[in-house]
Amino acid sequence: MINYHKPKKIGISILRRWTLIFLLGEILFFGLVGTNYISLNNLQDILVASTTVLLLATGETFVIITGGIDLSVGFMVGFSSVICAKVMVNLETAGFSQVAAISIGVLAALLLGLIPGFINGFLVAKLRVPSFIATFGMYGIAYGFAEIICNNIPVHNLPSSLGTLGHGYLFYWLPGKIFSFLNKPGNLTRDELKHLIVIIPNVVVITFIFIAIFAFILAKTKFGQHTYAIGGNINAAERAGVNVKTHLIKVYMISSFFASLAGVMYVLQYITGRAPAGSARLLDAITAVVIGGASLYGGKGTIIGTVIGALIIGVLEIGLVNLSIPTYNLYIAVACILIFAVLIDQFSPELIQKEEEI
Amino acid sequence: MEPLLEVKNITKKFGGLTAVDNVSMQIFPGEVIGILGDNGAGKSTLIKVISGVYHAEAGQIFYEGRRIKISNPTEALKIGIETIYQDLALAENMNVYSNIFLGREKLKKFLGLVDVLDHDYMHSESKKVLNRLDINIPSLKNKISTLSGGERQAVAISRSIYWNAKLLIMDEPTAALGVAEQKKVLNLVKTLSSQGVSIFIISHQIHDVFSVATRLLIMRRGKKVAERITKKTSADEVVGLIVGSILGEYN
Repeated sequence: MINYHKPKKIGISILRRWTLIFLLGEILFFGLVGTNYISLNNLQDILVASTTVLLLATGETFVIITGGIDLSVGFMVGFSSVICAKVMVNLETAGFSQVAAISIGVLAALLLGLIPGFINGFLVAKLRVPSFIATFGMYGIAYGFAEIICNNIPVHNLPSSLGTLGHGYLFYWLPGKIFSFLNKPGNLTRDELKHLIVIIPNVVVITFIFIAIFAFILAKTKFGQHTYAIGGNINAAERAGVNVKTHLIKVYMISSFFASLAGVMYVLQYITGRAPAGSARLLDAITAVVIGGASLYGGKGTIIGTVIGALIIGVLEIGLVNLSIPTYNLYIAVACILIFAVLIDQFSPELIQKEEEI
Repeated sequence: MEPLLEVKNITKKFGGLTAVDNVSMQIFPGEVIGILGDNGAGKSTLIKVISGVYHAEAGQIFYEGRRIKISNPTEALKIGIETIYQDLALAENMNVYSNIFLGREKLKKFLGLVDVLDHDYMHSESKKVLNRLDINIPSLKNKISTLSGGERQAVAISRSIYWNAKLLIMDEPTAALGVAEQKKVLNLVKTLSSQGVSIFIISHQIHDVFSVATRLLIMRRGKKVAERITKKTSADEVVGLIVGSILGEYN
């Protein structure tokens, strides 16, 4: 007998993994066309360039699974970067040690960054404002406050040791001679510096630690389970005894936490705080989540999917740079991918249903 | 035997309209009662008083011999009165056992530190309750969206049974189902009844109600017009009572 199901099954599993195949295809393409694209340094550059999108998209995944959307994260990055930088500068001039100034600056940015998320969640959950409107309002408010805080000029003169952390790597390796963890080996000759291999940037390490923690929360815990339930059928969740309102507030706070973290990462990388920092990344973040398999109708999505989605954009971005194609083309490309991903979601939901541990 | 639930002289008004007018009835453990009546006869309102959605202006409710007040649906759930809603209150994006345990997830320690979902336990417990009720669903890891209407109904019922429902209220349980599926749901009602679960069925499908209910309660314009033992009446008589061409004992 001929098994008619087999080709269909293969088709389904390809469709289910189209993002991963697309990502690998992209890397292969730029590897062939570009110069030195597939090299340790370039691949690390892709990860560094993707940190903002990775972080924003991880938080956004939670919100989108509940059936909402968080537009405020675009300007939340700038808001948090400005607070972080401003606190650091002021504390250092007030005589605090650099370590104290940096840690308090980071903490302040992360804590204050929770407030807009709380307000978003409160508006959406308790006052039933559509998430699109509530967070769009917050988008403007966050930008305005950021400009007020920094007096409309980028924050400069940050603690000098910030760069050691922000531009540092997890491992330094001079083949045959030195292998060092976190500390850049000193007293290297110019020739040795040339051969020094740097492995995994600190900002990437920090980014993935937080992504891993929240991927775990979403996939394995009751909190994650309730997030999916709210997106699937909010009435069912409420009837089953889930405290939907509190849960939604927490979800919007997770999103603004990740946006604030992206702001802190921005300060670490660029040693400055700017109000419009990261605002162009809103479209990328939402695109990453949707490419990753989340549905804008809610109830669906995974962090691993989102990470692949974010990397698809990062690979494309660095690829365009590599080929010296102006990066504004990225906007067009990303927007097309977003629409393409939504189309895939709309036309194949039944086809790619499978057994799942949700 | 003591009735599981008894309501006495329940009256519920909406403004000038008396939706339920001085209705009394009782249901015994394991009994299936069909509530019949035309649109607007007050069936759903009566049921919603029992499930805590509405508050009656007058009348009393006794549950397991004690007089109780049911002020909201959560309280009804707590004492074991569960309504199987039309929309079934299931999250379609989640699998069968996750729905059965929704809101009451079983957790285990991960590395002795954090609480994570205990999928194996929830899966096997769900399997047990489905087996007990003779429900066949290919895989409990299938999402609800892949199940048929009857299977969804069965999942919703299993869920309430697992959490110790003693009285099920089913509002038009067969309305959206195909013929084979209707039969399965009716068989499930019989199984439940044989295991001591009491059930109120509201339905327009008189034949369905006849096949499972032992007693029938006929309502018309908010009043209970008649009560019949299913075996001692006919569909013709019941239709007559519903439309008012035959007068019942309470008219």
